[in-house]
Amino acid sequence: MRQHLLTLTILFPLVGAVVLAATGRILSDRDARILALITTLATFAVSLLILRDFDTGFRGYQQVEAVSWVRSLGLQYLVGVDGISLWLVLLTTFLFPVSILASWKVESNVVRYMIAMLVLETAVVGSFLALDLLLFFLFFEAILVPMYLIIGGWGSANRVYAAIKFFLFTMAGSAFLLVAILFLYARSGQPGPPTFDLRLLTPVAAGLPVQTARWLFLAFFVAFAVKVPLFPLHTWLPDAHTEAPTAGSVLLAGVLLKVGTYGLLRFNLSMFPQASTYFAAFVSILAVIGIIYGALCALIQTDLKRLVAYSSVSHLGFVVLGIFAFTQQAVTGGVLQMVNHGLATGALFLLVGMVYERTHTRELADMGGLASVMPVLLGAFLFVVFASAGLPGLSSFVGEFLVIAGTFAVSHLFGALSAIAVVLAAIYLLWSYQRVAYGPLREEHRHLPDLSGREVAVLAPVLALLLVFGVYPKLLTRSIDPATCAAIERVRSSQTCADIGSAAVPAVAEGRQP
Amino acid sequence: MGTDLRLDSVSATMILVITGIGALIHVYAIGYMAGDPRYGRFFSYMNLFVFFMLMLVLGANYLVLYLGWEGVGLCSYLLIGFWSDVPANAEAAKKAFITTRIGDTLMLVGLALIVFRFGTLDFEAVFGAAGTVLTKDAATAIALLLFAGAIGKSAQVPLHVWLPDAMAGPTPVSALIHAATMVTAGVYLVVRSHVLFELSGVALTVVLVVGVVTAVFAATCAVAQQDIKRVLAYSTISQLGFMFMAAGMRAYGVAMFFLVAHAFYKALLFLGAGSVIHGMHDEQDLRRMGGLRRLLPITFATFLVGALAQAGIPPLAGFFAKDAVLEVAQHTGRAAVYALGSIAAFLSAFYLGRVLFLTFFGEPRSDRARDAHEAPPVLWVPLAVLAVGAATAGWLTLTPEGRLTGFLEGITGPTPAGQGVAVAALAAVATVISLVALASTWWIYGSGRVDWVGFRERLEPLPRAALNGWYVDRAYDTALVQPAKAGAWITAYVLDARIIDGAVNAIGGGVKLLADGGRHLQTGFVRSYALAVFLGAVTILVYVGVRS
Repeated sequence: MRQHLLTLTILFPLVGAVVLAATGRILSDRDARILALITTLATFAVSLLILRDFDTGFRGYQQVEAVSWVRSLGLQYLVGVDGISLWLVLLTTFLFPVSILASWKVESNVVRYMIAMLVLETAVVGSFLALDLLLFFLFFEAILVPMYLIIGGWGSANRVYAAIKFFLFTMAGSAFLLVAILFLYARSGQPGPPTFDLRLLTPVAAGLPVQTARWLFLAFFVAFAVKVPLFPLHTWLPDAHTEAPTAGSVLLAGVLLKVGTYGLLRFNLSMFPQASTYFAAFVSILAVIGIIYGALCALIQTDLKRLVAYSSVSHLGFVVLGIFAFTQQAVTGGVLQMVNHGLATGALFLLVGMVYERTHTRELADMGGLASVMPVLLGAFLFVVFASAGLPGLSSFVGEFLVIAGTFAVSHLFGALSAIAVVLAAIYLLWSYQRVAYGPLREEHRHLPDLSGREVAVLAPVLALLLVFGVYPKLLTRSIDPATCAAIERVRSSQTCADIGSAAVPAVAEGRQP
Repeated sequence: MGTDLRLDSVSATMILVITGIGALIHVYAIGYMAGDPRYGRFFSYMNLFVFFMLMLVLGANYLVLYLGWEGVGLCSYLLIGFWSDVPANAEAAKKAFITTRIGDTLMLVGLALIVFRFGTLDFEAVFGAAGTVLTKDAATAIALLLFAGAIGKSAQVPLHVWLPDAMAGPTPVSALIHAATMVTAGVYLVVRSHVLFELSGVALTVVLVVGVVTAVFAATCAVAQQDIKRVLAYSTISQLGFMFMAAGMRAYGVAMFFLVAHAFYKALLFLGAGSVIHGMHDEQDLRRMGGLRRLLPITFATFLVGALAQAGIPPLAGFFAKDAVLEVAQHTGRAAVYALGSIAAFLSAFYLGRVLFLTFFGEPRSDRARDAHEAPPVLWVPLAVLAVGAATAGWLTLTPEGRLTGFLEGITGPTPAGQGVAVAALAAVATVISLVALASTWWIYGSGRVDWVGFRERLEPLPRAALNGWYVDRAYDTALVQPAKAGAWITAYVLDARIIDGAVNAIGGGVKLLADGGRHLQTGFVRSYALAVFLGAVTILVYVGVRS
């Protein structure tokens, strides 16, 4: 079993989904929920074993599993994990049971809803672990269907528009991706057997003419930029977030967006290092625009969920900026931000959902004074608000600072501009919190109940991690650092990691002299 | 994470202030907050504050300092808005956090620059290597970015606007956070980083100018305030200006000495004001007080000590502190600083005299003033202890080598000396200035011979402008907040909703039209649209692939 942990993590939810589908007729809604919860908890447990077996001293892919499928065509099942995907997988397997538990109040078509959730988990985990491009593409595309169904089936009023928009945007992006993958596959076949193996395709990509590599970079880039989403490809996100049910928003923000940034880091940087440097300024400008643009849009939203959605555009811009700075600090910071944003924004959506379940409104103007009737809920909300605003000691700070510091080493301008978002984040988060929590309480909200035991169970683990990762980020960075180092060295082929400021990373994270 | 701590004479001085005065304020708060439904929460926030404040001053690197720095900001936010059912309190809390965050973010960029240049945030490593690593310009950039953080946290011009509003918090909070400790963190930061400031030179001048401007500006505002706590708030801003003045002249030891002295008498004044407010059932308006010295004798006596201490009457603490600053200015040939500092000192004695006479002398001007009651021992005992401190803290420098400044010298370097007017003469001049200011307040507010309400009206619109802080808030609103809101509105509702998303929907609509037109060819299903896009992409990329 120890050799197949990755496969088990991918398969567990799928098996759960099959069982649910097979027994759906005889299951009560409650059974379906419990079965889904157990499945996702078991998956999380298995993924913790990946962490236990993970060798932090090793830079490349580990726990690799390869099964040949059609040998002559080079088709195979190939998965592996490194310090980057490790934490994204754990984030995913962690957020899924949380989301299932948060979906306890979903009443319609429970079995189908849970099946969609479980299939989604398999697809997301598979995307993070696949080292074979075709396999990756299959998982990547497979994400779309359950998510489309979750938004369209269990969303709010304008859900169909949002679901189709989400589907079309992503689909349009992945068309380019598939063509680029097929192109690389074809190239790898001359000479020798063709392959989709990422590790073998990397040298193939390196041998391509400069212009071709740039086009391929763009094809991959568009697919992932839509997913991130990067300005100006982001307009599906506010709609999808707003209309999706709570768990849908949590997973969308928590893990689905990370597939985009992960793809940029895993595929664009490693396969097209020269093209990455060529387009770095362009991508960074889009990222910086997104950072400020998203924050400005968040500033003026009247719908709480839309506000959080736009804040995601801003935060994910940070991640992309970090990745394309190609310094160890910035890239590690970017990966940290992926995890931290997943937790913090996931928690924000959970809380917004809990407020919505009680008040039946997302409009800030219709809230107010809620802290006086639900002190625990709003206390948790405030905690997450500060985590999201990057207060030191809570998770987002370290990532944010590493990105700013690492970007500064490359461009003072970008570093300074991105810092504006730190101020703007405090403004929109505190402003919206004030309108939710303080001020006059509406008469009809006078008897709203505070958090239930189930809701405490949903929130407590997320909040605990926000604190743990904030106080002890080394827990993550010690396994992330080697992987980001490997990624950067490919881009900056002439330098080793140590030359580009890696020495300072542990020092900064630990606050001591290197 | 790096929890490296270090204790040296500067941090030792700071922790004595934080824990010493902090403990007294906690005792006071036991009585002051009694009966509050969230009594426990109040003290947990206060203790959290003390924790972060200690981290701030004990950190051995900028990261721990910044952790404490933001942490005290958080506690400040929580405590200013402690009575958050009043919307204005929540508003004040948010304003405080956001205003200081502007400075904090610049400071964060400064830290990023330090990491970039030094590869570390450790104090010793940075200060040790600064001379060789940094050019003058780089040092200026870093020092000014750090100072931006100090400007925000210590409420200096132009980021001072949050502190008067922060008085919305319970009075013990004002005393602890917004007078004695947190707001002095900026002074600590400059003293701690003085190596970088000195390398730059220019940065020190900026510190000096900001300090002088703030000291005078805030003092003019304090003179016109009607709310007893707002007088003290502006007074704190002004006094912090004095500390930066000292630091800007490289007299870091003097700045620290001022910080300690100020912590005593300002905490005392705030707690005294709290006792008055408490005794008058939450009345804060000076116009409705009067004659309280008979009803609140202990509060009066202790408040008197604090006021005279800050006003600069020897031998109380403020006299030595303020004189030390003015002496450095005079002896290093900074006549303008000396003159402006003396003006600020005059105003400082004036507004405190005004508070003193309006609150405790004359006849009660409201029913609440007539029914006021003295504070219980839990409130007045801390006042008495602080009064002893405010009276005697100045003696910390009385020995020839200066005990406190000498103690700090290992870190801060010696106080700059120079030629100038004899110290005794300067002290005499300063004392005369203070006495004149107090005498004139007695004439206006205490003697009963002047109609001070009518006097104020004759001076309009000046008092109104000063009352409103010379309309800086309004100017920020017009020049920054409203344009930013408009910009955000345009971004969200025009650029995003109409232009970018408009284009998206137009493309979608176009495809739909095409599909409608070719209905017999296309199904209208989502996958058909996707297929169209897909085929287009295939065509382009195959073309490119074939060409290359």
